[in-house]
Amino acid sequence: MSEPRLSIEALSAISLRDGNRPVLRRVSLAVDVGEVHGIVGESGAGKSTIAKAILGIIPSQVKLVGGRIAFEGRDLLSLSRNELRALLGRDIALVPQDPSTALNPSRRIEAQLTDGLRLKRGLSAKAARERAGALLEEVQIRDPERVLASYPHQLSGGMRQRVLIAAAFGLEPKLVIADEPTTALDVTVQKQILRLIRALQERHGTSVLFVSHDLGVVAKICDRLSVLYMGRVMEQGATEAVLSAPRHAYTRALLAANPRYDRPDAGLEPTPPEVIAALRTEIAAFDARVRETPDG
Amino acid sequence: MADDLLAAHGLVVAYGRPGSPAVLHGVDMRVGKGETVGIVGESGSGKTTLGRALLGLIRPVAGSVIFDGSDITALEERARRPLRRRMQIIFQDPMSSLNPRHTIGRILVEPVLLHGLAQSRAAALGLVHGVLDRVGLARGTVDRYSYELSGGQRQRVGIARAVVLRPDFVLADEIVSGLDVSTQAQVLRLLKELTSEMHLALAFISHDLSVIRSICQRVVVMREGSVVEEGPCERVFAAPVAAYTRMLIDAIPLPAVDPGWLTRGVAVEAAAAG
Amino acid sequence: MEHWSPTSTIDTDPQPPSVAARLLRDPKVVGAGGFILFLIVLALGAPLIAPRDPLAQNLLLATVPPTGFAEAEPGYLLGTDGLGRDVLSRVIFGTQVSLTVAFVAAGLACLIGSLLGLLAGFLGGFVEAVISRLVDVWMAFPPVLLSILLVAVLGTGLHSVIAAIVVIDWTRFCRVVRTETMGQAQMDYVTAARTIGFARPTILFREILPNVMPVLIALLTLEMGIAVVVEAILSFVGLSVSSDTPTWGGMIAEGRQIVHEAWWVLAAPLAALFATVVAFNQLGDGLARSLDPVLRR
Repeated sequence: MSEPRLSIEALSAISLRDGNRPVLRRVSLAVDVGEVHGIVGESGAGKSTIAKAILGIIPSQVKLVGGRIAFEGRDLLSLSRNELRALLGRDIALVPQDPSTALNPSRRIEAQLTDGLRLKRGLSAKAARERAGALLEEVQIRDPERVLASYPHQLSGGMRQRVLIAAAFGLEPKLVIADEPTTALDVTVQKQILRLIRALQERHGTSVLFVSHDLGVVAKICDRLSVLYMGRVMEQGATEAVLSAPRHAYTRALLAANPRYDRPDAGLEPTPPEVIAALRTEIAAFDARVRETPDG
Repeated sequence: MADDLLAAHGLVVAYGRPGSPAVLHGVDMRVGKGETVGIVGESGSGKTTLGRALLGLIRPVAGSVIFDGSDITALEERARRPLRRRMQIIFQDPMSSLNPRHTIGRILVEPVLLHGLAQSRAAALGLVHGVLDRVGLARGTVDRYSYELSGGQRQRVGIARAVVLRPDFVLADEIVSGLDVSTQAQVLRLLKELTSEMHLALAFISHDLSVIRSICQRVVVMREGSVVEEGPCERVFAAPVAAYTRMLIDAIPLPAVDPGWLTRGVAVEAAAAG
Repeated sequence: MEHWSPTSTIDTDPQPPSVAARLLRDPKVVGAGGFILFLIVLALGAPLIAPRDPLAQNLLLATVPPTGFAEAEPGYLLGTDGLGRDVLSRVIFGTQVSLTVAFVAAGLACLIGSLLGLLAGFLGGFVEAVISRLVDVWMAFPPVLLSILLVAVLGTGLHSVIAAIVVIDWTRFCRVVRTETMGQAQMDYVTAARTIGFARPTILFREILPNVMPVLIALLTLEMGIAVVVEAILSFVGLSVSSDTPTWGGMIAEGRQIVHEAWWVLAAPLAALFATVVAFNQLGDGLARSLDPVLRR
């Protein structure tokens, strides 16, 4: 078995503003070459924190206190700012959540797409422009010339997200981090975007770390899942196994609370208090163990 | 229909100057007494505009709104006042729909006093306590401000405000869209129980068909200002007639692995878009 | 994580601090507010607090330096001016004029401007168009010219200073309050109030106004600082109250002429003016921050 492309080992983080409340509790997961790995959890579970830790953009009030993030064997956390910057964009790229704020409103699409190509691949302006056009075609934009000449506000949300995906995959990175990439989109557009990400990922053999709160979305695009609750991975495994035969009570509770258009009674089951209490106990026990054996 | 509580006929709504493009192109819909109807659509479908027009918050350019047998389309504010008690709304964003400068108690008591459901502040407070109990909020909430509450708690206050006047009809405008799945389940269950207990007619606007399935009896599918399909949930979900409805349903990812899902429906999308 | 808790902790959560408590915790509010309160005390109690009669001339004791310097006279803490009048007493009495202008002029400008701004922002349509046009036209007049014109017409005196400030500065309140009101009127809580059936005046004054207040108050304290400076400028050029009443601007004018022989005659009122304006600004800052709970979150 070859080495995983990304390996997060016992990553821990605390929130300085909240009395050192743990935000990540020894999170471990691995993403193989060509694998789409989903991190699923509700708001506040810490999913975005993991993504930001990889990209080196954790907010100042959060502090990493343990673990490592190995990208092709190299610990990202021990790299200097310059070394990390060299990796980002070229080997590791991000598809952000909100297409309306991720693009600079006062620059044309062409400029924003060619920026990275010229900086990271050293392409000339002309070559970069051609490549940008080719990228837009790859994300199934039918009129690349027009889009290249447009400003972000002239494009629809779905269109903008395609541009961002083109930008992310355009440098042929080894790992793409998709942080809730379809949350802001209509459901029909979401399906198109998911299809696109899958197609690009398969074509280029890219590994994808897919962060989402939506169990349905990760079910359709992820090979493996890590279910996150209060910064702790509660369940992990092949998507099929996790969703059809969940072992942990939290996963079961999440599934039960999800409404389904094919089941009229689904979506009305709030988590029973006993389950919540059990989860709290589990987290508290973990915290106690950590305090006693800080390196255990 | 005889027992329709609220009905819209040929509603046309346009914003801005006369001659601006219409947002609603002649919409018909109805809500029966005690019935829960879902209004589903993507962005730009006009579902929020339809909701506001039903409540008389937006004046339509053409068409009519009939409430309990009377045409209320052209009513002036003063004449509409007694109606207000009977038609209420719950908003998507409870942060902006609760006045940050008022205590929750004040937000709930003032409407009660305005409509004479209690004669004194003390009596009104008693009524409010009752409603808070029913929606699962502690009585101490009356002294709190909206920013002190969590998202789920604020949404319950929104529900409390909508039902404290014991209306006949409630419009719920994307009320669970920002909530986590478990909180969403709590809110939906509460709403379902309340509509049944109080025999409320409910128009539930959402972009999420799965959520609509969980609490609605009928569904109205909207696209770009027109009604595309309408009917009982069972029928529409099992055998959708319109291509757009089929595409919408197809696009919903269920939390189960389905290898063909991503590529399925491409032809339907092409047909619906064409 | 709230969404997992079926029972709320509302009853056991501590009550957040009240408005008064919040205000008292802000160092700017306490410091600047305290200083202004001190000034108010000085103004109200000037006859009792000032050591000497501010108008009493004593040519034998002209241009005496402040206590601590060579040739100082006991009992004249800040020295005397060219006519032998006690500088300290004159500065103390000067607070009367400055604060009167600050509170009355700024208050009136605020009242008029805010009222029109509220109406414009809430009613929209024709009313808003008329008021906005009025403000635009009004603001096109050069303010300095306008105030001189006013004083020429009304004659010098406190009333014309106040009138000049009100006439010019009400537009500032109108614009800001109008924008703020329009913003608040879009919010869902206003729609909610309409759905419940509240009358429009109720919605404007009970729902919207409290949310506009923080901006309003910040602007008001800022305006008070401005009013003090405007009065000082007008009294500097002799267009304010009669030269009998001590004003900081007037003292600055006099002190400027003898600054080489008696620098303290200029320094004292200048320092007082500076400290007062800074205090108003800081107070406004602190109030804006601590009065707006939503912002602070």
